[in-house]
Amino acid sequence: MRINPKKCVACGNCTYVCPMGAIYIDPVMKRATIDRDECVECYTCFNGLSQEHLPPTLVRTVRTVFAALRIRFEPEPDVCPTAAFEPDELVWPRVVRRAFSDPRVPHESTGVEGRGTEEVKTNDVTGRVGPGDVGFTIELGRPGIGVRFYEIQEMCRALAAAGVAFEVKNPITSLMSDVATGTIRDDILGEKVLSAIVEIKVPVARAEEIVHLVWDVEQRLDTVVSIGAGVRCDERGQDTVVAPILERLGYRLERAKTNMGLGRRGEAVPVPEREMVST
Amino acid sequence: MTNTLHRFGSAESFQDDFIVFAMACKGPYKQANALDGLRRFLQIALEYHPVNLGDARHGGAIRPTRRMNPLAHWTRNNDPDFQAVVDGLTDVTTCAAVFDSREAAEQFVKRIKDENLGLSVNVSTSIQGAEDCCEHAGIPRHSVGYSLGFEGKTEKMPNSQVMLLSTMCGHGMISHSLAKKMIDFVKENRRTPEQAAATLSRFCSCGVFNPARAKRILDDARTKTT
Repeated sequence: MRINPKKCVACGNCTYVCPMGAIYIDPVMKRATIDRDECVECYTCFNGLSQEHLPPTLVRTVRTVFAALRIRFEPEPDVCPTAAFEPDELVWPRVVRRAFSDPRVPHESTGVEGRGTEEVKTNDVTGRVGPGDVGFTIELGRPGIGVRFYEIQEMCRALAAAGVAFEVKNPITSLMSDVATGTIRDDILGEKVLSAIVEIKVPVARAEEIVHLVWDVEQRLDTVVSIGAGVRCDERGQDTVVAPILERLGYRLERAKTNMGLGRRGEAVPVPEREMVST
Repeated sequence: MTNTLHRFGSAESFQDDFIVFAMACKGPYKQANALDGLRRFLQIALEYHPVNLGDARHGGAIRPTRRMNPLAHWTRNNDPDFQAVVDGLTDVTTCAAVFDSREAAEQFVKRIKDENLGLSVNVSTSIQGAEDCCEHAGIPRHSVGYSLGFEGKTEKMPNSQVMLLSTMCGHGMISHSLAKKMIDFVKENRRTPEQAAATLSRFCSCGVFNPARAKRILDDARTKTT
């Protein structure tokens, strides 16, 4: 993303809407400026701000006069008055920033929007997480902090060393140069994204061990982590196995995403053995 | 996409937050006529008075505009346009309906079950709230994805009022700074909670933001410090 300096009037509205805080008014240029290293190409500024198409010179003049009189014009806070944002043509490796940060863009590897994962949301159709399994989603960078791939790799390598299976239909897995070690391709390690989800599946017996492992890696990362734990309920719709483990680990289970079991399979035959990559 | 799972707050704070979403899976299990099913899902939702509606490609019922009339600063329309969401659905994607009442969510889920659309349907709310929806519909829960909250470098996160608002977009499109700004605007009486909630809603790219809950949070934040 870039801001056209000929259009920008330095109103400052965009500085608040950037989830990474990467936009600021340059005091010398007197224009909004993007810190490209911090920008994750989420397009929030471009997609979320409403756009007026006012003449920049007129707006700057009005703002200058008002400022001299200490009068504050109070426009709507979610408007770019001159439509100054202009998307760049992104090339590799920067393009992965947008793929992981702009939820309107489906991930090429999975065809799914958002962070590119289906988790247990389609478990009634895919059977991805079965009885006796726990499907962990380990999301790094959320909320509003961001993460670089070298930090994601640190988590992946620790999980791989523990011998877990990474979900194949997951954008992070598709970017690994070596799934067996959880190594992510070199050329993107410095790229920053809004958040990314590492997805694994383990037997219930390993759930506690995995949580402890994630806790350990978290201490070495400079970002936040949110864990989701997906389970298959019994025939009565109950989970009497995993919830007690999580509560014993100290988690207060407040919120969940509950699959109602209403999905139906299409006619094609699934190939379950290719669902996960085992290390 | 865990965009509805990790909302900040206690189970009690989700009393007015029920997201029901439908999706068709990809790959070898792909369902035929999924687009028709998703459109039907959205149409039925309208009968149960949602507070937001959306699809993951085009956004929610309160959207930004690409060519705003300057006079709109004084006459901004903050009303959701639900029909635009239904009419704008062009691709198979995730569709969501957000309700601020348990009764509406329960009745909607039961109706969706009876319609037998063949789509995967999930409810994202408190664990008990989702169990109640299933019980009302007469179906056992199939699977559950628990949120274990936020950990790691949590000192980088803002205060709880900001978190309550900004995490209502799990994709991270609602910045902490904008949420804080809207709280300040309401405190200073420069915007009403309804106006501030609508401003935040426009940044949610899939329509799962709950403007009714946001209004309540903003109203509370007017007199509370954290």
